[in-house]
Amino acid sequence: MNLRSQLLLVALLVSTGSAMAADSQAANQLRFCIGAEPKTFNPLLVDDDASGTITYLTGGVLIRLDRVSQKLLPELATSWSINRAGNAISFVLRDNVRFSDGTPFSAEDVAYTMEKLMDPSLHSPVGDSFRSSEGKVTTTIAGKNHITVTFAAPIVGLDRLFDQVAIMSAKSPQKEMAVLGPYYVAENKAGAYLLLNRNPNYWKRDQSGRQLPYIDSVRLDIQQNRDIEALRLTRGEIDFINSVNPEFFESLKAKAPQTVLDAGVSLDSEQMWFNQVPSAPLPDYKKAWFASSHFRRAISASIHRDDLARVVFKGHAQPAVSFVSPANKFWFNQKLQPHAFDAKAAMRELNQDGFQLQNGILRDRGGHAVEFSIITNAGNQDRERMAAMIQQDLAAVGIHLNVVTLDFPSLIERITRTFNYESCLLGLVNDDLDPNAQMTVWLSSADNHQWNPNQKTPATAWEAEIDRLMREQASALDPQKRKRAVDRVQEIVWEQEPFIYLVNKHALSAVSPNLHNVHPAILRPQVYWNIDQLTLGKEVATSR
Amino acid sequence: MSTLFKCAAKTILIVLIGGFIGATLARFAPGYGVTEEELDSRLSGESLRALRQSQQLHGNLMSFYIGYWGKLLRGDLGFSTVMREPVRQLIAERFPETIKSVGFGVALGWAVGLGFAILSITARSGAVDFATSMVATIALCTPAAVLALLCVFAQAPGRLVIAVIVFPKVFQYARNLLMRSAALPHVVAATARGLHKARIFLWHILPVAAPQLLAVAGITVSIAFTAAIPVEALCDMPGIGQLAWKAAQGRDLELLIVLTMMVATITLLANTAADLLGKAATHG
Amino acid sequence: MKRAGFAAIVFLALVTLASLLAEVLAPASYAQQFRDAPDAACSRQHPLGTDDLGRDRFSRLLYGTRVSLLLAPAAALLSCTVAGLVGGTAGFAGGWVEEFVMSATDLFLSLPWLFLLITVRALLPLNVAPLTSVVITFALLGSLGWAGAARVVCADTRRLCDSDFMLQARASGSAGPRLLFRHLLPNLKPVLLAQFWISIPVFILSETNLSMLGLGVTEPLPSWGSLLRELESYSVLSARPWQFVPLILLVATVSCFHVAMQREES
Repeated sequence: MNLRSQLLLVALLVSTGSAMAADSQAANQLRFCIGAEPKTFNPLLVDDDASGTITYLTGGVLIRLDRVSQKLLPELATSWSINRAGNAISFVLRDNVRFSDGTPFSAEDVAYTMEKLMDPSLHSPVGDSFRSSEGKVTTTIAGKNHITVTFAAPIVGLDRLFDQVAIMSAKSPQKEMAVLGPYYVAENKAGAYLLLNRNPNYWKRDQSGRQLPYIDSVRLDIQQNRDIEALRLTRGEIDFINSVNPEFFESLKAKAPQTVLDAGVSLDSEQMWFNQVPSAPLPDYKKAWFASSHFRRAISASIHRDDLARVVFKGHAQPAVSFVSPANKFWFNQKLQPHAFDAKAAMRELNQDGFQLQNGILRDRGGHAVEFSIITNAGNQDRERMAAMIQQDLAAVGIHLNVVTLDFPSLIERITRTFNYESCLLGLVNDDLDPNAQMTVWLSSADNHQWNPNQKTPATAWEAEIDRLMREQASALDPQKRKRAVDRVQEIVWEQEPFIYLVNKHALSAVSPNLHNVHPAILRPQVYWNIDQLTLGKEVATSR
Repeated sequence: MSTLFKCAAKTILIVLIGGFIGATLARFAPGYGVTEEELDSRLSGESLRALRQSQQLHGNLMSFYIGYWGKLLRGDLGFSTVMREPVRQLIAERFPETIKSVGFGVALGWAVGLGFAILSITARSGAVDFATSMVATIALCTPAAVLALLCVFAQAPGRLVIAVIVFPKVFQYARNLLMRSAALPHVVAATARGLHKARIFLWHILPVAAPQLLAVAGITVSIAFTAAIPVEALCDMPGIGQLAWKAAQGRDLELLIVLTMMVATITLLANTAADLLGKAATHG
Repeated sequence: MKRAGFAAIVFLALVTLASLLAEVLAPASYAQQFRDAPDAACSRQHPLGTDDLGRDRFSRLLYGTRVSLLLAPAAALLSCTVAGLVGGTAGFAGGWVEEFVMSATDLFLSLPWLFLLITVRALLPLNVAPLTSVVITFALLGSLGWAGAARVVCADTRRLCDSDFMLQARASGSAGPRLLFRHLLPNLKPVLLAQFWISIPVFILSETNLSMLGLGVTEPLPSWGSLLRELESYSVLSARPWQFVPLILLVATVSCFHVAMQREES
């Protein structure tokens, strides 16, 4: 019996069920899905994807990072300059701009936003990006459209950080709901959808003088189920999927190749690491394994990264090198290559530490069979598959790997509180080109130094060296000096492998043929980064 | 009146205990007090500590629970840390959706399940019995996620999945109970006397099985509510089932207490009603 | 009916035998990954094709049958036994005992047992053998899945207590546990058999959901539940009918259990 017949049978069983009529799509309305309800509409408190999407669509920023060219473009600020010390930035603001509710925009609003952002009691993730040291942030207003923001210490890449800061109104009674972006939140049906309407006061116009955005409204359906989202795209119920999994990508490519877009390797990576926390509840012999760079290099050399990229990601990934993706052209250390599969090199590394293969089982000096577990978050099929493949790869060198999938809160508790784990497989979602954003990962005293966080003093000489180099790049304003420091950090990480980097994924998206002027980027949001220039149907954009 | 008072008192006591046990299970489960935001590399050490502090329960569980009951009596259902909204508002927004889904699911599940069971008994045909059993078996064996996907593909409402989950259970219990009743001597005698099939079924078979069928009805409400959690999560239906799933993932204590008490109340009321009706049917 | 029952038993025996002879019948190890042929179609080398990691699906089906065919009915038996004892005792005793037990059952039905399962996973060592993990999973399912059936059993027991054969048994001197175990419980068969039949696929499907909590079958050991997970994605709508074989086998097996039990009953 074919699939269509099966479906007819299902329909026959329903005696009183009524088919859900698909909502008729409003004219000139863009539809796509977000994975969850946004937790906040306050742009300064955004720390989840859904809230970030709303902020991107509604917020007006002073400087915008062009996601394709990766250049900084003037937005609400027509120009800016950073002082020689690198701790102050002056903006010249655009004239005659109003918030969505008509309130005029001025330097006072920028001052108000910065004051709120840098309030230590707010604990804003965006604000923390600006915090290179303790000390107050001051704003100096010199006229309606001139403002200087001064920080306590120099901040590398200062101008780029303003891409994340949506300006709030100091005076509007609507507070954070009064916005400067292309859209404003018109309706929020809890758990179902959000409707954004065009901002009638949006300042941007196209070359012919027509006010942007071209699309009148945006409907964001809350859809957690990725498979149903995929189905809805094929039925034309939504206009794009910002990030698709490789399986769906290939399936759709076979049917409608013009709808899928592979923007190339992204900044995201998948990696595994071993628990090197001295106080972890593990047997001493296992702690000794994980602390050994020979052991880590051996594990790395035993993994077929090419197979992971080909089988799990259907070729839409490439073996990873270090914490900087090759897509990050300026910061990536071009001298480094991915660790290749090399079984002989793996055994040499293991032998150096006294491991021996006996009857197909690898044993350490003390005769313990090498067996450990790897935890990863349940529900992420790509990671579950990678773990299964790594399990097979390590079995070939006599290592028994137990794959344990856990719900995310349990996993986070193990890697941040109890340290009751042996190894972990997770991914890094990276939105920032500048490696300074990963300071809390690479400083040995930091909380996100996953393999051994919150060290009072660096446990190893190479971690001390990384600390020194990261601090050096954070305080140097010369890009080449910073580049040299970051290159050296990448070399150390490549040698020591505290993180065993596996693959860098490609940025995959799917777009309806009805949507035009799409230029997919590797930086988020991949598809709708130029939302105000997208068009639907026969509409033609006259601005890039 | 005293029966009603007894039922109400029993319900309140069990709901109280249920809420406390639910809170205990959530509080001491791994992952309580952690949040995904901790892995955000932008957060400074101070912000991270503040975030962790805000997730902790202050004081012991018993004092929290007593304090929470005090709030409850004032009409304050608490604040959801996961959804960042008052719990009362969340329930008010989502409860009608779940009631519609569960109501639809139970009603349709019973209509089809009982219908198939009656058909299986009255047709007296091996082929019909086999066909109805096969349909029920397929429904029972198909994962809810597959059913959800098929519903979306067929542009059918997601609540249909609840009906498909409920009906095979109703079918099997009902079929067995009705079959046993149909084999009783008085039914055989009635058949021998030439009474019409429908009359035999309605007057002689169904009343005997009624108390047990009512018990099944009671538990199908509980089954439907339990099924609503994964179904709403899979089909993205904004009901309390989806809320329960998010609350469980986020270890949202106040929301979990309210949801546990709601489910306990509904389960108790449904089963108590089934018991009372069952007893009435037996003595009637 | 007799022939159908016989055929069902033969089918179940064949399936069991095939799973026990998996080492002989399987074209490859269930863990071996043919990485050059992931998602392959049916062929002589791979009768049911390969999965997304290139593992032979037929081999995984054979080995998975062992896990699910043995453990799911065992868990179902456990839940039916507990349901029978709890519901039967409550209905038999009547009065405040019945009220108390049924209230406790209702409470049991309402609690978020998800957290207990997460806690069990936390208490288990990370390096637990896959088979141990799956046995613990099914034991948990069996011990948590009795409450709904207990209610129906209790209602049925109440009815049976007033029936003629029970009056006769009492009149002939039976009382207490003898009355319960020799006369009452055997007559609860229809309800318990219904529960047993329902529980098998429910537990098989639940096992795969428990892998979200770190319980259930762990890689690379297959089970019917993990094989059915393949269907839970968009790819089920593509033209790969061999992916449905585990579902067909599950339906066929559960139907055979049903028919075989009916034969036994009659």
